[in-house]
Amino acid sequence: MLNLLWPIFLIVSIIYAIATGKAEQLNSGIFDAVKDAVDLSITFLGTMCLWNGIMKIVQETSLMNKLVKFIEPFMRFLFPKLKGNKRAYQEISLNMVANIMGLGNAATPLGIKAMTTMQKDNPKKDTLTDSMIMFILINTASLQLIPTNVIAIRMSLGSENSAGIIVPVWIATVAAAFAGIMATKFAIHKWGEGKDRKW
Amino acid sequence: MVNYISNAAMPIIILLIVGYGLKEKIKVYDTFLDGAKEGLEMVFRLLPTLIGIFMAIGALRSSGILDLIVKIISPICIFFDLPSQIMPLALIRPISGSASMAVAVDIMQEFGVDSTIGMIASTIMGSTETTLYTIAVYTGCVGIKKIRFALATALIADFVGMLTSIIICKIL
Repeated sequence: MLNLLWPIFLIVSIIYAIATGKAEQLNSGIFDAVKDAVDLSITFLGTMCLWNGIMKIVQETSLMNKLVKFIEPFMRFLFPKLKGNKRAYQEISLNMVANIMGLGNAATPLGIKAMTTMQKDNPKKDTLTDSMIMFILINTASLQLIPTNVIAIRMSLGSENSAGIIVPVWIATVAAAFAGIMATKFAIHKWGEGKDRKW
Repeated sequence: MVNYISNAAMPIIILLIVGYGLKEKIKVYDTFLDGAKEGLEMVFRLLPTLIGIFMAIGALRSSGILDLIVKIISPICIFFDLPSQIMPLALIRPISGSASMAVAVDIMQEFGVDSTIGMIASTIMGSTETTLYTIAVYTGCVGIKKIRFALATALIADFVGMLTSIIICKIL
């Protein structure tokens, strides 16, 4: 996608700038931007390392397994068809907990494992099952409890209230997840497995 | 009050995590360093994207094209009472994680981190995911081609998340 967008952005800007006599601004605009990118990366370093370090400790504790138990009621609501599949159940739970704790590096491999397990029981190997769709939706919903990366970046940009976005993020995340889950539940109800498959 | 809760949440969580690690007799400092190293790698991985996207945005902005586009879409945004400056982020967010982070950083620098626009950009980044990438990874890893309504429902969630981000930041 960006292989298409990026050159379009550049070509259009350069032609437009030269045609409207803004070659000078364009020149400094591009090179200032590149310098900005490097400066920012250096300021990101400290806070990003801090949060990744703290979250690594979480990964080593039994906190993850405790949280798995905590989310069990949600699991039953989200994946009613996976009841008999203990392994898929556990892998999905771990993936969700990793997402909630903001452990992106741990969540993706766990999620891939869960998909592989669910694929074993999938009668149509080239098509997503209802449970898989719900699982992917949960992963696109960004259930992160603390948006550490965004906070880290806000801090390095000199925000006086870098953590002030936590509550807004919670509200927006819950709203998005709720809408997504309800839409998926509705779609499963209407066009789910065993029904006349329009999708 | 909302600010205080937000501010207290982070130190309390650090306290809980480190305390819990100690209770389970984990070498917390060594583990911390391991994680910090991962953070370092993340920033290094982000740098090329940051340069690429900043370069493109720099060109779009300094040429005056960005102003032109914002001007064109602003009547629609005004009609729905949406800030048009946030639109580039909203459009790129589902497509690319690092590119949208670069766009968000650019918005925060341009309009101020703590301005309403800056807060909206941060909230969108924190509450949504790179939907297309996530779907691609999870279907690709098991060789699935037919995704049924997965994209539609995920985009509904993104849309609601972005709209809520805008509304909530305007209220607070």
